[in-house]
Amino acid sequence: MANTQSMCTSFLGELMTATHNFGVAPTRGTTAADTFKAALYFASATINASTTVYSATGEIGNSGSYSAGGTAVTNANPPASASGTPATTAGTGYWTPSANVGWTGVTAAAFDTLLLYNSTQSNKAVSVHTFGSQTITSGNITITMPTNAAASALLRLVTT
Amino acid sequence: MLISTTKGEMNDSLLEKREGSVDNENEYTTWVEYWLEGELVHRSAHVTLKQAPGFTVGETATL
Repeated sequence: MANTQSMCTSFLGELMTATHNFGVAPTRGTTAADTFKAALYFASATINASTTVYSATGEIGNSGSYSAGGTAVTNANPPASASGTPATTAGTGYWTPSANVGWTGVTAAAFDTLLLYNSTQSNKAVSVHTFGSQTITSGNITITMPTNAAASALLRLVTT
Repeated sequence: MLISTTKGEMNDSLLEKREGSVDNENEYTTWVEYWLEGELVHRSAHVTLKQAPGFTVGETATL
């Protein structure tokens, strides 16, 4: 047997549940999962890795079933982790909303971005997902989530 | 089938239907449009996200 330097795969999944705290973290009154939301942004907006919190600036307007802030995502599956290859050094922590998100009866000019954010923790930003610009006219928007697996989940923390 | 349009619900037999899709490494998107006498009266889109903005956790410690 030999020892191998690596970030532990289990740690990657546990980061997503706030199991570890290296600094000053919010006081949690419950062990329940936070509420995460998805909001849509115009192609002309500036949403990227520097985004720290949800903002209505650049968000598509209220129309049909869409209202400011977007909608809560379904979170039935807790984060998971899986070993990679080689298992001694590689692993992935991952999570995906357990249902798609969508809105009906919407009219919206060109938008191309979904912001995932944590509405429980002061609307702090989580991730930005872009796609080809879409316009909607008295129609429906559906965002289908990828398969919740180490190689394809919506959120992935990876060591190699 | 009734379609929600800018002019209210209309029977799709009265409308011209146009469809399209985009498939790349980031998304698979389909869209459908309904036109009435050259005017777009309905457009819906279905975006399937493929690629997550995952990041690699580096090993930075020097021993």
